[in-house]
Amino acid sequence: MSLVVDDLRAYYRTLAGDVRAVDGLSFTLADGEIMGLAGESGCGKSTLAKALIRLDTRMRYIGGHVVLDGVELPIWDDALMNERRFRDVSIVPQYAMSAMTPTRKIGRMIRELLESRGVDGHALEPELLRRLELVGLDPGVLSLYPIELSGGMKQRVVMVISTLLDPSLLIADEITSALDVSTQKAVAETLVEFRDRGFVKSVIVITHDLSILAQIADSILVMYAGKLVEKASTAEIVEEPLHPYSRLLISSLPEVGVRYDEHKLAGIPGRPPQLLDPPSGCRFRDRCPLATERCAKDPPFVRAGDDGRFVACWEAAC
Amino acid sequence: MTTAPVAGPADSAQSSVPETASQLTTTQETLYFALRNRKLVIGSAIVIALLAFAIVGPFIARHGPLDYTGHLSWAPTTRSGHWFGTTLLGQDVFAQFATGLRLAFLVGVVGGGIAATIAMLIGFTAGYRGGALDEFLNMITNIVLVIPTFALLLVIAAYLQVRSVMVEAILIGITSWPWAARAVRAQTFSLVSRDFVDMARLSGRSQMQIIFTEIAPNMSSYLFMMFILLFGGAVLIAATLDFIGLGPSGTISLGMMMQLSVQNAALQLHLWWWFLPPGIAIATLVGSLYVMNVGLDEVFNPKLREM
Amino acid sequence: MLSLRDVSKTYRVGAFGGGRLRAIDDVSFDVRPGEVVSLIGESGSGKTTIGRMILRLIPVSSGLIELDKTDISTLHGDDLTAYYRRVQGVFQDPFSSFNPIFKADRVFRMMKDTYYRGAPADEWRAKLEDALQAVALNPHDVLGKYPHQLSGGQLQRLLVARALLLEIEYLVADEIISMLDASTRIDVLNLLGELKQRGLGIVFITHDLSLGNYISDATVILRRGAIVEMGETEKVFGDPRHPYTRMLLAAVPQLHAKWASDDDGGGAPLENGTPKPLVEVDAGHLAAI
Repeated sequence: MSLVVDDLRAYYRTLAGDVRAVDGLSFTLADGEIMGLAGESGCGKSTLAKALIRLDTRMRYIGGHVVLDGVELPIWDDALMNERRFRDVSIVPQYAMSAMTPTRKIGRMIRELLESRGVDGHALEPELLRRLELVGLDPGVLSLYPIELSGGMKQRVVMVISTLLDPSLLIADEITSALDVSTQKAVAETLVEFRDRGFVKSVIVITHDLSILAQIADSILVMYAGKLVEKASTAEIVEEPLHPYSRLLISSLPEVGVRYDEHKLAGIPGRPPQLLDPPSGCRFRDRCPLATERCAKDPPFVRAGDDGRFVACWEAAC
Repeated sequence: MTTAPVAGPADSAQSSVPETASQLTTTQETLYFALRNRKLVIGSAIVIALLAFAIVGPFIARHGPLDYTGHLSWAPTTRSGHWFGTTLLGQDVFAQFATGLRLAFLVGVVGGGIAATIAMLIGFTAGYRGGALDEFLNMITNIVLVIPTFALLLVIAAYLQVRSVMVEAILIGITSWPWAARAVRAQTFSLVSRDFVDMARLSGRSQMQIIFTEIAPNMSSYLFMMFILLFGGAVLIAATLDFIGLGPSGTISLGMMMQLSVQNAALQLHLWWWFLPPGIAIATLVGSLYVMNVGLDEVFNPKLREM
Repeated sequence: MLSLRDVSKTYRVGAFGGGRLRAIDDVSFDVRPGEVVSLIGESGSGKTTIGRMILRLIPVSSGLIELDKTDISTLHGDDLTAYYRRVQGVFQDPFSSFNPIFKADRVFRMMKDTYYRGAPADEWRAKLEDALQAVALNPHDVLGKYPHQLSGGQLQRLLVARALLLEIEYLVADEIISMLDASTRIDVLNLLGELKQRGLGIVFITHDLSLGNYISDATVILRRGAIVEMGETEKVFGDPRHPYTRMLLAAVPQLHAKWASDDDGGGAPLENGTPKPLVEVDAGHLAAI
């Protein structure tokens, strides 16, 4: 297995207490697998991304293990993790388009970045140019300032930089959110191409947009309120979701062709619970149409099905 | 179009969802941080102490600030109530100090207040309206910015035989506002682009109403800090003006005390009680105001707060 | 009827304002009561600018915007206030639309001050509760709270309720659900559908074609400030004639179908330069080809 995450817990410390953003998450990722991490705002998906690469100082690692390619990732220690970042685990952060220093030309910024990692920029230059061309960018882009590029171009530059050292794991955090629909397609397809060419081994794609995942992801993990709710192959999640939350989420997406007058879609009433003091039992029970008494008392554990699917629900047929 | 109820998904499920962590109102939260910020607490304590001194001092002084007591160059003593000693000319330093401190606060409030008012007027208008009006106001700001204040005040001092504290404060007020106007303008620019300003327009609010009821309150912490800086600045400028002899006539201020003490060779004569108290008072007052300001910045800006 | 005729917007650009940028180019369309018209375009297409011109937040450079045959670009003062009684807007970012230092229901008080000055308190309260009911909000949950204590979905619904206080005839909805979560989006969208059925005319501005298709009766596809295709929604989506429309539709990610590879689909390459005039390709369906 390329990546094994076991009971990962990461909280945010605030004045009012601990916000239990990621509360016991376990899953595995195979080599070459693109896994989509789906969920709404506040479900913990960005926290999971940051926990895997340890990039947010307000977040506290509480417990759990992450093993990449058989070696444990020291996600509790900043200095140790620094060695592994960019080489083994890399991230294309949210708002990556604004992540480039505005006062540096892009080529210089890349050189400085590589130097700080102890990598020879010169030796890598031909590869860098090759990859830029691959994503449809002119090599002249290296002598431009970030402000001279469009959103989609910036996004692709950041993707090339993040994968320059061929990391085992790439985390792509909402890389298509702020883009137009045509650029979205280009960026998403670039991600798949990177995997196909071996620039990255496995990818975790974080997004709230399930339809993008339906296009590029091999499997989808649905999160809700810091917990894993369902994990299965893309086809299974899209065609026959088992968890009530996944079902409601899928059915609330309007496809081109669905009209209000003909078929009114339904949303999910209510709001996700506050993670400062999460409710007992299943965290989705307040909004769940299938909730029973048991759901209020016992938190459902993740059941592994014979087909490799994972569902965390008492009522879901498996 | 009537507004009969729609049978939509009831949000009454919301009432079972626990309240958010920030149940404190913004004011309560601000107070909480304010009382815990050392810089703010210490700075304001010192300023308040000095203010108390300025209010009470002249009442408990045994002599008037300009009275010639006939006790020349006395070191601080309890005799005749000369707790801060006397000057070379026999005037009570304590009385002078208390009066001077009072004047310093007066100049600060009036001078700082005038400067703040002008800065807000110009800054809000330029920031909200933009365009040609903004260019014009910018030009005025730049002109006032480069006018050499001292040269101007020298000319005025030569012209006016008798100068009062008020005049000094007003003059300071109308020359020290440019940087503040720039700051207000920049903040206003960033707020004007927010949607709630457009919402106010869609609610039929006029421009003036929007500036005073939407934008200014949003900047209230910023404006408060700006006033503190202008206050401190006014005190400093007044002290400097007084020191070079352009102080108000008919009274005594801290700067004037320092001027007189230097003129009368207090340093050489080791009359330290004459120039040290006013000097320390000015430095302490202005310094505490600036420290308060840094503390306030931390309180108002959540990102600067230590966890 | 709200109608736009040859509306254009030009900005002055460059160091001394010498250059000209044509942000909106001769746009014409109508909105009727009870009709939802989608303005669909990518970033830079000018859709938000058009919305803001309808709301009189930006002046029109040339062309005419009329409400029931009255030119609205010359309205001032009380006339403008009266216009806002009939046309209102809701914007994209719910947290930017509320002044963060005041409670959220202050937006209602602002409406009362302008439009219902002398109204007795209980009458106002009843009106308020009606409006909140119409958007499926429980008054107890949303009144007296600060914006940061409410969710994006609740805030957007509050803004719709605010507009409903005035018995408006037309609503400009500028990307109002793009910042909301998937589960709340549909509820707000369905709310618009209900309002449409009660006679509200809606200008629905979005970059998301599936949403446009779901809710609208007529669709206008914008590219770089000019209309490239417009007409009844079924016709525009079912039989797209302009290569840009086709490209947009092909790029939309679907749940149950994969993207077509670039070889098939597509069609004629996209041209740049001055947009062609609109021609009628079918009844109620125009395209700039």
